[in-house]
Amino acid sequence: MSSRDLILGRVRRAIADVRQDDTPYEQAVDRSYLREHGRRSVAETVDLLAENLADYRAIVHRCASGELAATIAGLLAERAAGSVVVPAGLDAAWLAATDVTRVPDRLGSTPRELDAVDSVVTACAVAIAETGTIVLDGGPDQGRRRITLVPDHHICVVRVPDQVVSSVPQALQRLDPTRPLTWISGPSATSDIELDRVEGVHGPRTLEVVLVSDQPRADVTS
Amino acid sequence: MSGTFVGMPVFPPPAHAAFPPPAHAAFLPPAHAAFLPPAHPAFPKAAHEAVHNTTLRGNLRHATHTIRAKRAKAVAEVSDWAALREAGKQIKDHTLRHLDGYLVRLEEAVTAAGGTVHWAADADEANRIVTELVKATGETEVVKVKSMATQEIGLNEALEAEGIHAYETDLAELIVQLGKDRPSHILVPAIHRNRGEIRDIFAREMSEWGRPAPEGLTDTPAELAEAARLHLREKFLRAKVGVSGANFMVAETGTLVVVESEGNGRMCLTLPETLISVVGIEKIVPTWQDLEVLLQTLPRSSTAERMNPYTSMWTGTTDEDGPQTFHLVLLDNGRTDTLADEVGRQALRCIRCSACLNVCPVYERAGGHAYGSVYPGPIGAILSPQLRGTASEIDASLPYASSLCGACYEVCPVAIDIPEVLVHLRERVAEGGRVTKDGNKVVLKPAKGHAAERAAMRAARWAFSHPGALRTGQRLASRTRRFQPRTLPGPGKAWSASRDLPSLPAEPFRDWWQRTHGGDRR
Repeated sequence: MSSRDLILGRVRRAIADVRQDDTPYEQAVDRSYLREHGRRSVAETVDLLAENLADYRAIVHRCASGELAATIAGLLAERAAGSVVVPAGLDAAWLAATDVTRVPDRLGSTPRELDAVDSVVTACAVAIAETGTIVLDGGPDQGRRRITLVPDHHICVVRVPDQVVSSVPQALQRLDPTRPLTWISGPSATSDIELDRVEGVHGPRTLEVVLVSDQPRADVTS
Repeated sequence: MSGTFVGMPVFPPPAHAAFPPPAHAAFLPPAHAAFLPPAHPAFPKAAHEAVHNTTLRGNLRHATHTIRAKRAKAVAEVSDWAALREAGKQIKDHTLRHLDGYLVRLEEAVTAAGGTVHWAADADEANRIVTELVKATGETEVVKVKSMATQEIGLNEALEAEGIHAYETDLAELIVQLGKDRPSHILVPAIHRNRGEIRDIFAREMSEWGRPAPEGLTDTPAELAEAARLHLREKFLRAKVGVSGANFMVAETGTLVVVESEGNGRMCLTLPETLISVVGIEKIVPTWQDLEVLLQTLPRSSTAERMNPYTSMWTGTTDEDGPQTFHLVLLDNGRTDTLADEVGRQALRCIRCSACLNVCPVYERAGGHAYGSVYPGPIGAILSPQLRGTASEIDASLPYASSLCGACYEVCPVAIDIPEVLVHLRERVAEGGRVTKDGNKVVLKPAKGHAAERAAMRAARWAFSHPGALRTGQRLASRTRRFQPRTLPGPGKAWSASRDLPSLPAEPFRDWWQRTHGGDRR
């Protein structure tokens, strides 16, 4: 007998007490928990995202879409970045104001080559306000999972408010499970030494999130 | 890399490595290994030693109290916590009650997404499967994401015996591996070490495994984390094979989920060409939507965060992104035996958050090593004796490693009634009875050492069914009460040393009733 049949046989004998007419899945789980916690306006939801991101040591910036290129150029210059990884589908205009060397996200590049790159700029799939989380789904403007992992500095652009949801349940609804997903809440961190939180272990030590809006800046930040 | 590899087992793994003997010799420094008892001592003995280690108690107290306070705050932020907890319980219960169907669905979904599914009935088989998969790649090194399942089966030791070096990449696991130590907490395996001890381990051992610790390393957590970053990065960047567990598997989509903080998980899950995940069969949830419950309760319960810094989800393989070969090893190793117990099966709901450890007064004083298992604390006290059976001294003692205060049940995000299962397992140890072992129904004999208790119970049963004898006995006891000792003789001495014996009334209740109400039949 194969181990598959052995294990499935054991499982079936183990749950022989379960009746054939056991409550079906659809009714077995009480879904009366909240879809989001508290009532917030769209602007307040974006504010909460910014607050929770910052609480976990991400550096949050806000700008209007017209200012995005200058903002990104400024962030790269501040870090004195010499090179930046660029996903294939990233809006070229985002990097129009910087002359930092662009490194394409190529299949053939080795992890060591990526390790030599200073920064990476990506978009995201969705951002969750209540938890301060950005989610990448490997879309063309986000690239392979490793490019946001190996370089030490990650700039992630979130379009507000349309990419922002309040809660985990709302985020899952928007995501496609067949894609590889990376959820990021602040930079790499550990609490393994005396349960003291330390930022920056293996992933990027600096996460900068740019909340970009089509509205003029004053309307977004109010 | 040095030729003398310090991770090499001191002794070869035993022929039956199933859920290895708790204090596996390979984890201990050679100096101690020679003095190892053949089996792990029972909980009271191991705990006795730990309680007298003041550094250990100080480290544990600091850590558990810190996380306890943070967790309460993180949970209080979520107004529907009770509803989420109930939903989590219902999801996992439903899954367990229909596990066969969900396993088959998961297998189909993973296979359709480009993965290969293997089934392992026990630890030996799982280790054999992983070893063969690694050998097939031609590699002699693997990088590992922290995983309870691979610790449970002793995978690192099994790989080492075949000449394959397994590197733990979680910071705490690295501390444990470099310190030739054993993990003592589910979430923070090096919780028993303070920063000074960690500094010393890094300074002494890192050069044996790869890049040495920086000169003049201090004990600040930031510097220690940086040393680990530098040491491990060279391993991540050259790794061709990654080994992981998973926090959740979604039957509907074939998606696997790993939650972590440091990024070592992402490194191991995305940089290698081959990924092998060893996951217990109970880790399934039926649908994608179910993650909305558990991804809210797990981080807040475990690290007291709104969300852990990194969560990776993958469904089979993705062209040109991440590992191009993916193997899923579904592990039984005692889980189906646990499932067969209608009271005990709720232990399989566990999502390994470790909240129960952090609130347990017994764990706080005894430390994780005393439990003789990779699963310490309250959850370990009900999981280990079910996965391994109660035949060994340590496993028979674990259901008693609790004050039954109920704090563990209070904090459990999937509402496992740990005290209920503890009492159930105590009965099994004391009375024996029908259990399932390796899929077969067997009748367990009562464990040794409970003869006096059983004799007392038999005597009580007899006395209560013979009213005349009971009356005579009670009268005799009352009349001689002035001459009765305040402590018990023989084996009862230790018990009565710290307790007051109940004082006997001057007159049995029945006699008093007869005397005062005897003629009154109103």
